[in-house]
Amino acid sequence: MDAYIIGVDMIKFGRFPEKSVPQLGAEAALLALDDCGLPIQDMQALYCGNLNQASGMVGQRILQQIGQTGIPVVNVSNACATGATAFREAWASVKAELYDVVLAVGVEQMGRGLLGGGGGRGISKEGLMGSGTMPSVFAEAGLEHTRQYGTTFEQFAKVSVKNHHHSTMNPKAMYQIETPLETVMNSEMISYPNTKLMCSVNVDGAAAAVIASEKKTRELGLMSRAVKVRASVLTSDPWQERDLVMPDVNTCTRKAASAAYEMAGLGPDDIDLVELHDCFATAEILHYENLGLCEDGEAGRIIDDGEVELGGRVPVNVSGGLLSKGHPLGATGIANIYEVSTHLRGEAGDRQVEGAKIGLTHVIGLGSACGIHVLEGVSA
Amino acid sequence: MSSKALPVVEYLKLPEDGDPYLEGHQCERCGAVFVGRRDHCSRCGARNSMKTTRLSDKGKLYSYSIVHRSFPGIDVPYVSAIVDLEGGGTVKGNLVGVEPDPSGIEFDMPVEVYFDDALGRRDSDGNSYIAFFFRPASESN
Repeated sequence: MDAYIIGVDMIKFGRFPEKSVPQLGAEAALLALDDCGLPIQDMQALYCGNLNQASGMVGQRILQQIGQTGIPVVNVSNACATGATAFREAWASVKAELYDVVLAVGVEQMGRGLLGGGGGRGISKEGLMGSGTMPSVFAEAGLEHTRQYGTTFEQFAKVSVKNHHHSTMNPKAMYQIETPLETVMNSEMISYPNTKLMCSVNVDGAAAAVIASEKKTRELGLMSRAVKVRASVLTSDPWQERDLVMPDVNTCTRKAASAAYEMAGLGPDDIDLVELHDCFATAEILHYENLGLCEDGEAGRIIDDGEVELGGRVPVNVSGGLLSKGHPLGATGIANIYEVSTHLRGEAGDRQVEGAKIGLTHVIGLGSACGIHVLEGVSA
Repeated sequence: MSSKALPVVEYLKLPEDGDPYLEGHQCERCGAVFVGRRDHCSRCGARNSMKTTRLSDKGKLYSYSIVHRSFPGIDVPYVSAIVDLEGGGTVKGNLVGVEPDPSGIEFDMPVEVYFDDALGRRDSDGNSYIAFFFRPASESN
């Protein structure tokens, strides 16, 4: 039996130091419940994704805010694939017919500044044995593409121009600011070729989804706005010769994409919009090819030709992406499901991808985990 | 505090009577080379299949980044380099002796590994460390 998203929403991403992680998660949970008109008492299980308080029972603390009904709670941590993993566990429980309506929440409260590079015994290795910061790790992954195909700094920068432009139409994005090419290329260089505007924004955020079986969705009379989950796939990174020093975000994505297309019974040409893991501008370029949106070596051309802009052949990150909507790690993998669902429902306003019927979401957790979902609008 | 400098990572070896080198672990069944100690092979699944191997001090630049912003106290800019060593093993380190600018850095440029003090860094017990670095291979190589 198929599983459907019947309620889904996110809070506007931003910085909310005065709020707690459970409070942020509770806000998103209530928004998703209100989206389908169900009370917390109807939820049969909660799957909660959060990274920075992974041992802190965040799911239970969310229920302590909105209704302690005694349901099973599973707390999930899987790097930047955390939200997608929580969603997938919720989906799997419905597919397995353990439950017929469940809640998935992803939530994160972030500090500012560079991620990665800390920890370990002895002395700091940062700046001594290269760099472990995330901007560097993804700069090195990007220059691997340059090495193979000659992709330029300007092409990487265009990703950021596009996603910032998209976010001007998304009131829930952290930023609504145009960033012309010169502005992106001339902003502070963090790790070449990633400038500051080519790095995702650390923000606080939360997103949530209510997932129900087909039978339950019909019983509740919620099919007209429902979104069908056509595929849910999670992979880890297969062995690769350089992966001890160069995390491989490509192979696990390719493996997940091919499994997702097979599960959904369709191919990349059938996808009307994509929300993919643009943690850095360099990363987005890699994933055009990894997801089969173009042939290998064509990623630079499709950003040049505008094929991935709103109005183009296959719009990518119309939400503004992690680069401008923001990247609250544990929330990201449900926030992108909210974005695609909103288009499939025809409710995305100025940024609506016209006639969108099928969309794909993708996240990468470094270390590594890749989560992909293929969604189909029922009303479309 | 140790009277001698310590290796910055476990796989940097400082023999009493020889030159420093990097040590790899190689699977005797499938040949995969790992940097860092392990007992079993994650490529083929063979158990207790590892033998130690001395990694080459010559290699080629596979990819890199040029770090302009790092954590407080770390000198920038510098080149973070990923180097494929001759005969197997990939390691990451600082590439010195090049301008920190993409115009002066070429993929596959030959580099050599050298060993030196860890930029003066000491741990909380006052120990000093030996680290490895890369530099462009000299012409005679």
